[in-house]
This record gives sequence, C-alpha cells and structure tokens, in this order.
Amino acid sequence: MDSIDASIVNRMQEGLPVCPRPFDDVAATLGLSVDELLSRLQRLLDDKVLTRFGPMFNAENMGGALSLCAMQVPVNRYEQVTAEVNAFPEVAHNYERDHLLNMWFVLATEHPEQAGVVIRQIEQKTGCQVYDMPKQEEFYIGLKLAV
Amino acid sequence: MTGYPRALNETQQTSPSLDATDRRIIVATQAGLPLVAEPYAALARQLGLEADEVLQRVAAMQENGMIRRIAAVPNHYALGYTINGMSVWNITDDHISELGRQVGALDYVSHCYHRPRHLPLWPYNLFAMVHGRSRQDAEEKVSGIEVLLGEYCRGHEVLYSKRILKKTGLRIQG
Repeated sequence: MDSIDASIVNRMQEGLPVCPRPFDDVAATLGLSVDELLSRLQRLLDDKVLTRFGPMFNAENMGGALSLCAMQVPVNRYEQVTAEVNAFPEVAHNYERDHLLNMWFVLATEHPEQAGVVIRQIEQKTGCQVYDMPKQEEFYIGLKLAV
Repeated sequence: MTGYPRALNETQQTSPSLDATDRRIIVATQAGLPLVAEPYAALARQLGLEADEVLQRVAAMQENGMIRRIAAVPNHYALGYTINGMSVWNITDDHISELGRQVGALDYVSHCYHRPRHLPLWPYNLFAMVHGRSRQDAEEKVSGIEVLLGEYCRGHEVLYSKRILKKTGLRIQG
C-alpha cells in the first residue's frame, strides 16, 4: 500500500455523491485517472484492506431494529454459551470483552418488537440474564481511520 | 459498520417508501456498487431499469436516511488498528446530548451512542468505540475523551475486545 492508496482509503470513507459519474471528482482530486482509481479500489478490496464499497444501509430506517446486549457468562460455561448465543440468527455480531459483563452481542431483528422475544429465548437457553442496551441517541456512525 | 436487518423479503412492507424496486436495488448493491465509471448505469442494465430511475431511487434512499452514504468500509485489522476498545462513560443526563455530539465528532471515535444504564451493575450511558494501533494508542485516545468530558463525567471504563465470537454481514434477502 503506497501513499496514493492511503489517500484513497481516507477519501473513500467520507462518501461519494449520488450522480452518474461519482468517481470523477475524487480521481481528479487525487491526480488519478478514473480507471486508475477504480483499479486501485478493486485491488484494495481484493487485498481486504477495504471490506466493502457501496451504499451503507441504516437498519432502523429500513424498518429493522438493532440492540446491543451484554451478559455475564460464567467462565466455565463460556464456550457452551457462545455456541448457544451464536446459534440465534438474530445475533449479528458477538464479542468477548474484558469485563464482568464478558459477552457483548448485537441483535438485529426485522421488527423492533421481536428483540424482546429473542432476548427471553436467549435467557432461557443460556440461563444468563441479558442486559439490553438499545440506543437512545446516535451521535455518529462512521469509520474515519487515518492511514 | 454494523447494522442491517437480518432478513427483509419482498412481501414484507417495512416502510411506506421502500417498494419492490427499491428492494431489488438494495439486494443488488448489498455486496457493493459496481466498480466502473458509471456504476448506476451498470446497475440499471443489470436490473432492467433506466439509469435515471436507479439514481433517483438511490438519492431518495440517502435523503430519507435508509442509506447513510456511499462509501468504503475499511478493514481495521488490515490497516493496523488491531485494538478495539469500547469506552463507556457515566455522564450527567442533562449534558449527554451535547457531549455525545462532541465525542462522536472526534476523528478517532467510530461509533457513539447514548444507551440506558442498568444500575447498580452498569452506570454507563455513553458509549464511544475507539480504534488503536496499540493499547497505548487506544489509551491516549480515551484520555482525549476524558479531557473533553471533564466535570460531567462521573466514571468510565474501557472494555477491550478479546475475541470476535461471531460477525455476519448483510442478510437482506431479495
């Protein structure tokens, strides 16, 4: 990855205009032809420096619901509970974190009211209390990783 | 980076402004936009639509917030940001909206939310995700947040990720 790639990674996180030729201005700013910009973008995706390029959808505004949930899982049952939680298709992400609340997962459901049902099912399956932490306000979502 | 409905389908009306053609556009772009000079024209050919219609529909979805923006999602790990710290803060309720906006605007904070407390176990109501190239890098960034919050912060912790247990991508169905 050279300095031009780094500029592309930085610039492409900000968003492109919705217009017939959205890459033209970025390419001109970076001093590249559109073809060169596109081939570098493709390489950055192929090399997995970028995971995706395209529309970033907002689940809530599309009718779905997301919630962050935490559990205090006994260490001796951690792997078993992980398998039980991950088996729910509504669990989109799950992280082990360094805390008394040591399992943190994101629930994604088609409708907001389904979240409570799934949470009760997870509590029954695992025997652990789920601390539901749906967002009350969102201040920023975006990745601004400088490279 | 992380949020999509688990499964949408054609018969389910989730929003009055999201029709079957919008759904086809969403399904066709969930893996990404074609990497060509005129991506919406390419998308239109693929879907049997006019380029103008695709452009207008994507613009409308961005306008009404279904699409946040058209952008690239970087891979933290590939870029050397191997440390992921969820910093959590106990902020006085009267100040959380204003301070949340300020924390969210920091260039090293990727996600920032106001969430409910669960007393007595969990007193924190502001969540700010910080990414660092090292533990020290992440800690310095957390210190920056602490300075910003000043007297309105009554405590904080940083929960570092130890392991990714599950991570799924887009699950929208056509």
